[in-house]
Amino acid sequence: MMPVLLWTDLLVFLLIACGIGAGVYVSRREYLLASWRRVGESRAGMASLTLLLAFVAVGLLDSLHYRPRLEAANGQPAGGYGSEVRSALDALLLPLKTRTEKTYSAPLATHLYAKETVELADGSQARVFPRLKHGGAHLGDAEAEWGRDVALRILGGLALAVLAGPTFAALAVLAAARRWGMNWQAAWRHIRRGETRFAWNAVLLTLAALLLLVGPAISLAGGYHVFGTDKVGQDVLYLTLKSIRTGLVIGTITTLAMLPFAVALGIAAGYLGGWVDDLIQYLYTTLNSIPGVLLIAASVLMVQVLIDTHPAWFATAAQRADARLLALCLILGVTSWTGLCRLLRAETLKLRELEYVQAAQAFGASAARIMGRHVLPNVMHIVLIAVVMDFSGLVLAEAVLSYIGIGVDPSTISFGTMINTARLELAREPVVWWSLLAAFVFMFVLVLAANLFSDTVRDAFDPRVAGRRGVSSAQEPAA
Amino acid sequence: MLAYIVRRLLYAIPILVGVNLLTFTLFFVVNTPDDMARMQLGIKRVTPEAIEKWKAERGYDKPLLFNGAADGGAKLTRTIFFEKSVRLFVLDFGRADDGRDIGHEIKTRMGPSLAIAVPVFVLGLFVTVSFALMLAFFRATYLDFWGVVACVAMMSISSLFYIIGGQYLVSKVWHLVPISGYAGGLDAARFLLLPVIISVVAGIGSSTRWYRTIFLEEIGKDYVRTARAKGLSEQAVLFRHVLRNAMIPILTGVVVVIPLLFMGSLLVESFFGIPGLGSYTIDAINAQDFAVVRAMVFIGSVLYIAGLLLTDLSYTLVDPRVRLQ
Repeated sequence: MMPVLLWTDLLVFLLIACGIGAGVYVSRREYLLASWRRVGESRAGMASLTLLLAFVAVGLLDSLHYRPRLEAANGQPAGGYGSEVRSALDALLLPLKTRTEKTYSAPLATHLYAKETVELADGSQARVFPRLKHGGAHLGDAEAEWGRDVALRILGGLALAVLAGPTFAALAVLAAARRWGMNWQAAWRHIRRGETRFAWNAVLLTLAALLLLVGPAISLAGGYHVFGTDKVGQDVLYLTLKSIRTGLVIGTITTLAMLPFAVALGIAAGYLGGWVDDLIQYLYTTLNSIPGVLLIAASVLMVQVLIDTHPAWFATAAQRADARLLALCLILGVTSWTGLCRLLRAETLKLRELEYVQAAQAFGASAARIMGRHVLPNVMHIVLIAVVMDFSGLVLAEAVLSYIGIGVDPSTISFGTMINTARLELAREPVVWWSLLAAFVFMFVLVLAANLFSDTVRDAFDPRVAGRRGVSSAQEPAA
Repeated sequence: MLAYIVRRLLYAIPILVGVNLLTFTLFFVVNTPDDMARMQLGIKRVTPEAIEKWKAERGYDKPLLFNGAADGGAKLTRTIFFEKSVRLFVLDFGRADDGRDIGHEIKTRMGPSLAIAVPVFVLGLFVTVSFALMLAFFRATYLDFWGVVACVAMMSISSLFYIIGGQYLVSKVWHLVPISGYAGGLDAARFLLLPVIISVVAGIGSSTRWYRTIFLEEIGKDYVRTARAKGLSEQAVLFRHVLRNAMIPILTGVVVVIPLLFMGSLLVESFFGIPGLGSYTIDAINAQDFAVVRAMVFIGSVLYIAGLLLTDLSYTLVDPRVRLQ
């Protein structure tokens, strides 16, 4: 196979590298660690972080792309690479990806959801629900064996979870016991009773719940379509898992694209003042005064024209779709940096008057150095809170934008495109509910976890919330 | 006061010029009219004549900024920039791709948009502020805790699901109101009921939580303690003191959007088939009708700037300490 590095992959890996770098930096500084410890103490925060990491793991697997080598076929020798770009997740889920049915089928069904005219053995025709090609294909007599087979598979999956769960727990307990210098029984007692500072019990409980859901899902997915199939017969579970990466990319890369602008301009406007301040304020007021969705619509339309009129730029369809995803991230970033920029400007205005900054000025430090060494570290908590708070909103925005038709490329699997193709299914008779429900549940869990985590981070880092000291002065009306 | 308003209106001019330049760059410089013509007519089989015809029909067959072929002042006015961008300032929006006058469309579609947006705005504000006051009244109890949990859960649901789910339950399963459509006059109420309720419900989560934070911040202040020490009942403290003082942060977020109500809501209008400005915009986006999108961007910015001015004026109404000079 030939590895393929899409632009968004590159940025995802860059982001992870930044994250690791920041982690190392923070872990060496006690005063920065203190806030993170408060995050670690929050049960809701740690439970949601565990869920988020599970989503991130799926998204990362889906970010390792390659082009598979073509098999020898039709007299052509093997070698060369297909134009289809796959990810490691695709490779893992290959059975789900390739086992497509003809059209709709309900979750765990063995028969299609629509009647078809088939020719019977004696030559006459009849309208029946035909058997699925893959779902439940291993059963001989579907009606008789279905219930028993599904129950057995669920039990098998649960057994798998019950086996895997304690292994995780044991590892965690042993690690904790070594760290605290006690035997494992004592460590386990502490964790179980929630007496530890770090919310170990929340993490382990979330993992247990995840395992109990994932185990049966894996064992059922071997023989059935767990969430059914959509209109063209694709497995809905596969689609939802693929959507996760798109959501995560939109939620994170957008912020990555926005940060340099917002931080540099915000601090420069606040610290330098004068015409720089006027210019930057003019810039963000102008951008801000265009209603967001319209600016996004205009920009996306233009990027679409740009991409469509230059088909030669992209080697594969996946690369073209990826370019559009990246463009959407950049556009969302450019249109949403104004809020953070304004916050940073206001905070810098305050910091500029503090003694330590004035001392640095008196020592003759250059403006760039003061902004980089003295102001930036002291506004980082605002940046962090903004980044974490924006994430869930961006995931939700993707769905809406894709519905309006100014989101990701229609060939990119995302929650938005899933909802868009499924939105008329509830109006169908009989109702097709599973695609929408699957998209709803996954999106809800992802966004809820992100919201809970961002609340924890804000509570831990925002000095106003943490200390409840000092109340923000009411926003001054522009004089 | 009057001098202040005049000055603020003058400040708005450079911003509108900026918006105008930005949209001009987006629509005509990033992609030339030739690109757009090729896109609209199909990428591959398109003749140069067809492109020229497409451009001529829409008035895109002129130079961007400077027309050397014309004489006198026409050197500047017979250009795309002047005819398509500068004309926006006198509210001349030109024609849509289907030949209709955009200005006229906007006037007729404003009504339905307002018919949805105004009730949503008033009802939504009333409901969320009441909920937030209730949570603040029962602060640090189980009611408050579960109220916040419900808010976080509600704001984690995409607005698409509120609309799809509401339409399915109320219109399809219970047959209470028509699924979509619109009628003039009083008959409209039948069609507006569901979209209004859904929009209000979809907004409850985040707004309630936001207002609750504002109220709790006010409750922690000294004047509240003084009021309690005087022996005022908790209700009197909450309604007469906290609510009034929380008006400034509430107004900051609320008044800005009032002028934008004219624009309607993209999602709700398109789902419920209401012929307002929101669905007009969506149709234009899907048909890639750049003239309409450009006009909507400009109107949106004008309304937003008007909202900022209104916000400042509203401060003087609720807070006598604020003087605008």
